[in-house]
Amino acid sequence: MKKAILVLEDGTTVSGKGFGAVGETYGELVFNTAMTGYVESLTDPSYAGQILMSTYPLVGNYGVCIEDCESDSIKASGFVVKEVCKTPSNWRSQMNLNTFMEKNSIPGIEGVDTRELTKRIREYGTMKCRIVVYEKNDPDISALIKKTISQPGISDCEVVNLVSTKSGKKFYGGNGPKIIVIDCGIKNSIVKQLKEKNANVQLVPFDSTPNEILNADPDAVLVSNGPGDPSILKHTISTVEQLAGKVPLFGICLGHQIISLALGAKTYKLKFGHRGANHPVIDCESGRVFITSQNHGFAVDRDSLERTGLEITMLNPNDWTVEGVSHTELNIHSVQFHPEAGPGPHDTHYFFDNMMTIIDRGVSR
Amino acid sequence: MPKRNDLRKIMIVGAGPIVIGQACEFDYSGSQACKALKEEGYEVILVNSNPATIMTDPELSDRTYIEPLTFEILTKIIEKERPCAILPTLGGQTALNLVSELAEAGILEEYGVELIGANLEAIKKAEDRLEFKEALQKIGVPVPRSAIASSVDSAVSIAEELGYPVIIRPAYTLGGSGGGIAHDVEELKSIAELGIKYSRIDQVLIEESVLGWKEYELEVMRDSDDNVVIICSIENLDPMGIHTGDSITVAPPQTLSDREYQLLRDASLKIIREIGVDTGGSNIQFAVNPADGRFVAIEMNPRVSRSSALASKATGFPIAKIAAKLAVGMTLPEIPNDITRETPASFEPTIDYVVVKIPKFAFEKFPGSDEVLTTQMKSVGEVMAIGRTFEEALQKAVRSLETNAYGLFVDKFEKLSQEELTAHLSVPNSERLFCIASTLKKGMNIAQIAEITGIDPWFLHKIKNIAEMEEKLSSYTRQNLPVQILKDAKIMGFSDMSIGQLVNSGEKYIRNLRKELGLLPSYKMVDTCAAEFDAMTPYMYSAYEDCDDIEPSRNESKIAIIGSGPNRIGQGIEFDYCCVHACYALRELGIETVMINCNPETVSTDYDTSDYLYFEPLTLEDILNVLEREKVRGVIIQFGGQTPLNLAKGLEDNGISIIGTSLNSIDLTEDREKFSSITSKLNIPTPSHGMASSLEKAMHVAGKIGYPVMIRPSYVLGGQRMEIVRDNEHLSSSLKKHFAYSDQAQILVDKYLENGVEVDVDAICDGKDVYIAGILEHIEEAGIHSGDSACVIPPQSLSQEVINTIKQYTRDLSLELNVTGLINIQYVVCDENVYILEANPRASRTVPFVSKVTGLPVAKIATRIMAGAYLEDFGLSEKKIDHVAVKESVFPFIKFKGTDSLLGPEMKSTGEVMGVDISLEMAYCKAQLAANSTLPAEGTIFVSVEDDEVLRIIPEIRRLQELKFKIVSNDRVSTMLEEHGLYTERVSKSSNDNLYVSHKLMSSDFDLLINTIKSHDSESDDNIIRLMAIEFNVPYITTISGFKMAARAILEMKNRSFDVRPLQELEKNKLIIGNNLLDQGEEV
Repeated sequence: MKKAILVLEDGTTVSGKGFGAVGETYGELVFNTAMTGYVESLTDPSYAGQILMSTYPLVGNYGVCIEDCESDSIKASGFVVKEVCKTPSNWRSQMNLNTFMEKNSIPGIEGVDTRELTKRIREYGTMKCRIVVYEKNDPDISALIKKTISQPGISDCEVVNLVSTKSGKKFYGGNGPKIIVIDCGIKNSIVKQLKEKNANVQLVPFDSTPNEILNADPDAVLVSNGPGDPSILKHTISTVEQLAGKVPLFGICLGHQIISLALGAKTYKLKFGHRGANHPVIDCESGRVFITSQNHGFAVDRDSLERTGLEITMLNPNDWTVEGVSHTELNIHSVQFHPEAGPGPHDTHYFFDNMMTIIDRGVSR
Repeated sequence: MPKRNDLRKIMIVGAGPIVIGQACEFDYSGSQACKALKEEGYEVILVNSNPATIMTDPELSDRTYIEPLTFEILTKIIEKERPCAILPTLGGQTALNLVSELAEAGILEEYGVELIGANLEAIKKAEDRLEFKEALQKIGVPVPRSAIASSVDSAVSIAEELGYPVIIRPAYTLGGSGGGIAHDVEELKSIAELGIKYSRIDQVLIEESVLGWKEYELEVMRDSDDNVVIICSIENLDPMGIHTGDSITVAPPQTLSDREYQLLRDASLKIIREIGVDTGGSNIQFAVNPADGRFVAIEMNPRVSRSSALASKATGFPIAKIAAKLAVGMTLPEIPNDITRETPASFEPTIDYVVVKIPKFAFEKFPGSDEVLTTQMKSVGEVMAIGRTFEEALQKAVRSLETNAYGLFVDKFEKLSQEELTAHLSVPNSERLFCIASTLKKGMNIAQIAEITGIDPWFLHKIKNIAEMEEKLSSYTRQNLPVQILKDAKIMGFSDMSIGQLVNSGEKYIRNLRKELGLLPSYKMVDTCAAEFDAMTPYMYSAYEDCDDIEPSRNESKIAIIGSGPNRIGQGIEFDYCCVHACYALRELGIETVMINCNPETVSTDYDTSDYLYFEPLTLEDILNVLEREKVRGVIIQFGGQTPLNLAKGLEDNGISIIGTSLNSIDLTEDREKFSSITSKLNIPTPSHGMASSLEKAMHVAGKIGYPVMIRPSYVLGGQRMEIVRDNEHLSSSLKKHFAYSDQAQILVDKYLENGVEVDVDAICDGKDVYIAGILEHIEEAGIHSGDSACVIPPQSLSQEVINTIKQYTRDLSLELNVTGLINIQYVVCDENVYILEANPRASRTVPFVSKVTGLPVAKIATRIMAGAYLEDFGLSEKKIDHVAVKESVFPFIKFKGTDSLLGPEMKSTGEVMGVDISLEMAYCKAQLAANSTLPAEGTIFVSVEDDEVLRIIPEIRRLQELKFKIVSNDRVSTMLEEHGLYTERVSKSSNDNLYVSHKLMSSDFDLLINTIKSHDSESDDNIIRLMAIEFNVPYITTISGFKMAARAILEMKNRSFDVRPLQELEKNKLIIGNNLLDQGEEV
């Protein structure tokens, strides 16, 4: 039987059972409150550099269906759960979660009081974390704690380059507009949404230059979601700054933060982020509320938006953080949440319809 | 949008009596609605016929009408009160149907009353099966293939096209009454015929069978800005084909991937918008084909439902309260989430635990009825349990049922062979869970069981985990049980009791071992948000994990109240009412309260009823764990019915103080022998009696005192296994049953005083003084269980002398027993002599009724006395009541076909209603009307009574004939009546009686039926006639005294019409005492 140990930078040590791959892994420990969607979350590139913890205690119940993956592999560096289901039940299931984790060489720990750990993160903020899954000798805990303390934090890591496309990728959607995506770690669901609108999607590396992008003659540019601290992506921020006004610009999650930074706003690290499928956002114009899927540890500073020309379009009524901005003159529209869902509610799929309307307007003009 | 200012006065309609399909959950939702609207400054008018509810407490609304829920009465109240709006979505199907009728008939328009919550069009679209189906097809949400039938013939031809089996669903009924599954044409015909009859619009839907598919429910809320959220989704462990009220259900869904779940969520949003439920909560059911994931929408309730109550308790999100606020125009983002206080209600709760609900059945009360579970609901109550593993939640729920099962293994199934088990599995029934566990232990594989039962393998694997752990445990003894195994077993929810049994030890040993090892549960909070935000309401559950969410408060004056567990016959909402009042009273005194209960339907398990809510099974282990953690000053056990009383000794043995009447005193009344020595000491006569512990002894006693006799076992509730026996043969057959059930308990055999009048007394005693809160005279003769008998306050036929004697006996006995709190005493009055039958020093079923009639908060006063006050502090004087209130019982016979409806000493009713007026007759009429047994003003009455009863009914028959009623009876009774000059229409030969009468009942030729013939043969004509009356909803009476009362009421009805009055007008005296109580509370 695999055993496992989890340590946090504050010295917290939790032992449990291991699942997935044997080995050691590290990252920032974050919790997600969604009750479904572990396959999508694990494979979401935005989790690169992070150890994911599910607040829902029973994970793996419906197994793994590869079709549900948001990228080609598990991107989170570890998984913390209360209980892993070895005998899943669902007509689409192809394997159990343990096998999926093993295949992806990702270690996981179960048998953990995840509610207690969640509360600790809520109180002290996200923490550096390390998991060791082992079969024989117990690891040296004090050494592990030391290693955890000295491991790089999320803002010290260039994680986007791990998940961005290296050479570009194209997806043919039909006779719709051509959208260049600055790929900081895009989720399959975003590409799928765009293709459903007949868009032709071309992914370019996160460190592409403005000219490389403009030379491809896009009808619009989308800055994608992705992992880590947006403020360290100097190159991408400068590229977006130069694109502003030249082509309609859209952003999702990290992309939204990059756009805001490019226009002169600031971002900051949230204490423990928003990760789940139940976050409300309010549309500032209509007052309507939508339930959204979210996954972000940084946010755009509301006050810093003044004088950037960006207007707040959406807010989160839980903590009044910025959920969306737009710039009418420069034709920029971005959101902090995940309109593509995957996992989570589909309330904001209309983002992609709006996107197409805006692009169409630009094209016909 | 802020709340509407154009509405000032809002009327809320309640759900009426507790019946199968509509239980305490609508008291919970109605109470929340009343409080929410009052909080927003509206004037609230409440109508509900059920006095045993918190919502009918006069403080909760401005005008409280305890009146029958009928079209005429509601029209009268509307005419009198002129409300601006009416809210029909919080009183179950009863309120929704009734208000729809008022709207359709133009009454609302006539009086300018706006329908809020759901508009008439939306109600029709959701409730009318055809309109619903068309609406869903229009928006592209898949539905099962189906067609509407208004006749049996069309039902048959539709079924032929769809292929059997087919589902029959009547339109506009509650709890699926009249519905069912037909496997062939014969079954179809009989179900469809009844279904059409029950439907308010004479329609049934014949539908493609999705039997065996997975069943899901989503609780949806929408506000006037079109914001829609899902509060909770629920997966049924039992597949389609078993009514969701009878299914084991689980939250959140376990076996749906996000992709599949989002399909159901998307469909739910589309449905609520298309149906047009403007504001409030709705419940939408789906079926999912386990083979390919295809889903269909099944139905929608455009109102708060039983599942909404469950969803509220499962998530901590108060659906009814929010629904009421949305109905007056507020929007979700404007309303704060009570639990977190910082975040708004416009979100979707997420949970980090597993919730399991298991229904509670009462088939043992209804011998002869069909125990197979179908689409028609049969359960009488439910329990909910919360755990961090599924195994834990399931096992906690099982022991919450109070069926003596402390785990999944019951002897009954352990002994069966694999073939017998398989046979048992194939029929859905209330014990299937236990059968599956035993079958898995015998080695049958999961795929086979899944195939037979339609239960998802995921659940079966979990049950198998429990089975394996059980085997593992039983391979150890208490000496060599490894700590890790014990720990793992506790994580899986094994009780100390079952671990003890498995390792050949006892509960006590395991508890001590656990405590030595420091293996104690931790307590987690239900917080709507999976710990993402700080929660402010201590709503707790236990789990064997590392840490507690919060420290218990250090306040040492805390008092715990043990609730009454799942509703069952004999222990229902009345006891929850008392527990809630105990909480209120203590909170008014500034004393912190800890509530422990496991019934999700109730007001007691609302997070704002007590200071600390523990949602836990009511077993010694689970309660001790809580009480030892909370270090309470003591525990109140006299309000929750028999459940806490049964636990009292164990609690006291473990050092927990019992607040109120001592256990010793309680024991004096429960033990028949000790009780009779007290009554003889006090010179209180009892019917002649003797104790017996064997059949021989019982026969000897019976021989000495003479038949008929009553047999009464000790320590039971609701008259379980109590019986009137008339000869040796009958005695021997009854006692055989009794001793098979329990071999140790002695039984009391006492003289049955035929034609005696039974009297119930509720009193409060502080040890030195006694206050008599209510004297209730039964309308049915002695021998009918007090919970089933209609009764009246104030007494009508008792002489002042008899009343004085009763008062004296009550005082003497209460003081002798040194009662602190409530006591209920039953007497029988025969020829001006008063005999005592039994005494129960605890809250009785009649406490809420007495409180409503007298305006005295009886349970609150009793609580204050238990907390140290004295009666003299309240300045109570004898209440003069110038109105008459009748309580009538409501029975579930229609759900238990084949069982005899004749009343006896064993309780069968599920609920009660109250009728109030200045005259006894009109109060009785109202009570009958409220109990849905409308007395006729004209027409035909069928009479069949015992020979020796004929003389007693002659005056009534004569008067009824004078009023142009047609009397029909059988040969025997007709002949006897003719001897007294009364000529009645006689039915043909007696052997064909039942056919003839059945036919007449079916064709609605009879307007009232009286049948008192006692028979032990379920096939007897009389039994069948009574069954037919129930089937065809013809008012029927089974006692002579009931008939005499009904005849008086019918005569009176000719001269008077109904008059409606709110409680606030009845209770002039109450205000003084009420304020006095409140003032004291506020000073502390």
